Amino acid sequence: MKQFRAFIKKEFFHIFRDWRTLLLLIGIPVAQITILGFAVTDEIKNSEIAIFDEANDATSQNLEGRFRASKYFHVVDMFHSTSQIDEAFRKGTVKLVVVFPKNLREDLMHGNKAQIQLVADASDPNMATIIAGYASAIIMDYQLEITDNIPYVIETKLRMLYNPELKGAYNFVPGVMGMVLMLICAMMTAVSIVREKELGTMEVLLVSPLKPFMIIVAKAVPFMVLSLVNVAIILLLSVYALNVPIMGSTTLLVFESFLFIIASLALGMVISTLANTQQTAMMMSIVILMVPTMMLSGYIYPIENMPVILQWVSHIVPAKWYVNIVKAVMIKGLGIESVIKENIILLGFIVLLTAITVYRFKIRLE
Amino acid sequence: MRILGFLLRKEFLQILRNPSVIYIVFQSLIIQMLILPFAANFEMKNINLSIVDNDHSTYSQQLINKITSSGYFILTDYSPHYPQALKAIEDNKADLIVEIPEGFERDLVKNQKTDIFLSVNAISGTKGGLAASYTSSIITDFNADIRETLIQSSRFNSLPELEIVPENWFNPYMNYRLYMVPGILEQINVSPIKKMDFILSKLIPFWIIGMIVLTLGLIIAYIVYDIVPLGSYFTIYVFGAIYLVAMLGFGLLISTYSDTQQQSQFISFFFTLIFNMLCGLYTPISSMPQWAQDMAIFNPLRYFVEVMRDVVLKGSQFSDLLYQLIAIISFAVIFNVWAVIIKKGLDK
Repeated sequence: MKQFRAFIKKEFFHIFRDWRTLLLLIGIPVAQITILGFAVTDEIKNSEIAIFDEANDATSQNLEGRFRASKYFHVVDMFHSTSQIDEAFRKGTVKLVVVFPKNLREDLMHGNKAQIQLVADASDPNMATIIAGYASAIIMDYQLEITDNIPYVIETKLRMLYNPELKGAYNFVPGVMGMVLMLICAMMTAVSIVREKELGTMEVLLVSPLKPFMIIVAKAVPFMVLSLVNVAIILLLSVYALNVPIMGSTTLLVFESFLFIIASLALGMVISTLANTQQTAMMMSIVILMVPTMMLSGYIYPIENMPVILQWVSHIVPAKWYVNIVKAVMIKGLGIESVIKENIILLGFIVLLTAITVYRFKIRLE
Repeated sequence: MRILGFLLRKEFLQILRNPSVIYIVFQSLIIQMLILPFAANFEMKNINLSIVDNDHSTYSQQLINKITSSGYFILTDYSPHYPQALKAIEDNKADLIVEIPEGFERDLVKNQKTDIFLSVNAISGTKGGLAASYTSSIITDFNADIRETLIQSSRFNSLPELEIVPENWFNPYMNYRLYMVPGILEQINVSPIKKMDFILSKLIPFWIIGMIVLTLGLIIAYIVYDIVPLGSYFTIYVFGAIYLVAMLGFGLLISTYSDTQQQSQFISFFFTLIFNMLCGLYTPISSMPQWAQDMAIFNPLRYFVEVMRDVVLKGSQFSDLLYQLIAIISFAVIFNVWAVIIKKGLDK
């Protein structure tokens, strides 16, 4: 036990000596939360649009005023021909063009039907859909104002559960937690074990009285501590900077994070038995861990939309289950009884991965 | 020059001897090209729906049929009351609850006004918002149908109606994302470099790998997604070549500032993450706050993403992309010159 403690102490020295890496380990969650929370939002503001007004009547001018007044749009140009639309899209100066056809008011008031075209630059389809949606809402508002007394109305009462303001943070905070813990635990553990192999110092460690498996565990302990520090940083930032409250029990949340940290450390150990150079360990961590964690944990992209094969693959991404747990406990405010399935799966990962490490870890060096 | 030739041979041999790096680079390219476009599709299709029908009338049945046959929803839960439906949302079995109140049909016919309740799991704002807007538009449609049958057609026509015609130009799906190119950055864990020849011999192999990755990306885009750039391949390659020089210079710069390989890998990982978040793929740069827009000016990836998008989807030419060209060339020059100066200082 005393030897084990000495080993852990040594590993801590390794980490504290390399202060640049340490700084980054703490800096990554801070940078991610800040950038995702304040810069990369789903909200659309000041999107550049242009208006092509062929009508030039009271209706088109009224609508133009509404577009100019909207905080979502910034009218940068007034077009006078269709060819200008193509040119502007090619240069990327506007994202949407609102086209008011000739005789707009005439058609609307006397023919009872008029068309307004919204031409969107769909090279970014999500963006195009959302912007066109906002533009439609402005036009619908106007229409509601000019028509009154519509009979037989079904009024839709909408309730946005858990996240009434539709803040992006509610979705990405659980995702960032999954990613950062995976990054620190798995990648750092893998790289630092493989470093001993690559530099040839593993031999020295192996002749020490400590059991080989414990050598690896000693390497993982500092990263576990560091991960818990990061959990605290992320939770503090999300509660105090992003105003995402913890609805459920904080103790439960920390306990679940601890479970996921153990699973990630086990993954890092498995990778360390597969890779021989730090570069390979790093690349494997990125390809096997980071990319699936980012894409298949439901943190950036909804899993339901993916082809069935990918949905199936997402089940073997541990982060997916952890993100589910964080959403349930932190955002929905549920208790442990609603995340039993996820807990069993994470435990299963831990047992399986530890077994693989013990089986694969070679005591003898070739 | 002869020395450079030898050094280059050595570097290539070294890379080929440990092909796991190359293998992983290409594997990640293929995974990303094949997965990302599917994953990044926000058009919701399989929204899990829970229905609470307290009315059990002809109209409520018609509405349920209309919603379930729209193709956006999968009816996963049919609850007798709201609390049970909410349980379905808590267990991730449903994303959306449509609750039809008692007296729905009676109120609509007699009082000309009735309510319907939608509850959406809004943890993901985008997803929740889209689910709500699909459902609302189906209900609006249903409402219009009902109104038409309930009132005489003469009165119906007297409502002025503005029809909105959305039109999407350019590729309707932005499948093609050269997302993996910054991944090359991770490749450059340059060990101590002393002379100019040595620097070149380290950079050239990775530059060549980068160009191959770019070519493969374009081939996959063509074969799998049938995407042919509207602009010229020549423009893409010129920008790609300069962009790679810039990124390799950046890698070199990181390596000169780091003490160990692990550190340089980690620093480049950190920057890759930031470059990716601020490149405009996820959120348009114009809707970011000012400080983030200012930061994005110093993001080389941002210019390359703009170039790829514009050339591939809109057929932009050099004359349309002068700003980006100047920016990328500046990055290439600054990073490399900076790295070489630092390196020289260290060698003295």
